[in-house]
Amino acid sequence: MIDFSEEQIERYSRHIILPEVGGEGQSRLLESKVLLVGAGGLGSPAAFYLAAAGIGNMGIIDFDTVDLSNLQRQIIHNTERIGMLKTESAKKTISALNPDVNVTVFNERLNSENIMRLFEDYDYILDGTDNFATRYLINDACVMAGKTNIHGSIFRFEGQVTVFKPDEGPCYRCLYPEPPPPGLVPNCQEGGVLGVLAGVIGNLQVVETLKLILGKGYTLVGSLLIYDALKTEFRKLKLKKDPKCPVCSDQPTITELIDYEEFCGLSR
Amino acid sequence: MAVKVRVPTPLMKLTDNKSEVMAEGTTISEILNNMESQFAGIKERICEENGTPRRFINIYLNEEDIRFLEGEGTAVKDGDEISIIPAIAGGIG
Repeated sequence: MIDFSEEQIERYSRHIILPEVGGEGQSRLLESKVLLVGAGGLGSPAAFYLAAAGIGNMGIIDFDTVDLSNLQRQIIHNTERIGMLKTESAKKTISALNPDVNVTVFNERLNSENIMRLFEDYDYILDGTDNFATRYLINDACVMAGKTNIHGSIFRFEGQVTVFKPDEGPCYRCLYPEPPPPGLVPNCQEGGVLGVLAGVIGNLQVVETLKLILGKGYTLVGSLLIYDALKTEFRKLKLKKDPKCPVCSDQPTITELIDYEEFCGLSR
Repeated sequence: MAVKVRVPTPLMKLTDNKSEVMAEGTTISEILNNMESQFAGIKERICEENGTPRRFINIYLNEEDIRFLEGEGTAVKDGDEISIIPAIAGGIG
């Protein structure tokens, strides 16, 4: 267990007094390695609360810069930082909140060439991306490298959260074997999104991540949580491992990473 | 027999913006056909030409994915609830 400083004991006191966390759990958090893919709508609140919780090693991947239209939901950035790399902006905010967090930034667009290198040093991958191409790539890489994928997505007033943990539950392709063809599924930019929905879903991803690290409670492995903000309703559906899954079954048909074209109705 | 069908946000354009509709039928297949008769064009958004759900859309009977029951032939009874759950990608936006 980590030898806490006086300051750390005070900073994490509300965690440490929880029997489910304690000194040992807080130590685990400080030693954990979490990678955020995307410092946007989902990644912003996630980075904030992971940092506050004392996640010791946080990686952030994003190639984009802060834009005024991001600030309706991407709360880790601010007005003064318009034009700054999102990774740099996120790092600044996190370091100001909690100097215990060792932040590594990657100003790269994920692809089949760099993903394994970027994932290598991390145990938990928090998927906060905005397109199917990257989501399928993240899924396949997590299955192949045995990393836990904490998945969240949002659209207008609806969000989905689940955890894909290799060997213990299904993967994204068990749920949806193939990405939708271009144009059939809208994305955030054309559909709009209630800003705070990103906060709700990104923070649910954090809750799952913390439980996984602490090894406490029940996680969303094998369940899909759906939040409907207009109806104020949470629903949980069962997810099963597909025995014919193209990537995580015993006879996978996909054994190499695929770079799908950017699609999801958004042309870049 | 009518059951409640939950319609996902991306398909609500076809259901007069309703997130829940009632549909008649004793199997998932019949329910989908009945929905098509009420909301023209909705079935082709959910299913392939052969009537099976598209690979980026799942249909749940209560909490269970129909792929792990009897597919579109799965029997439906009074009080059941059907959910149509498409993949959504948003995050960064």
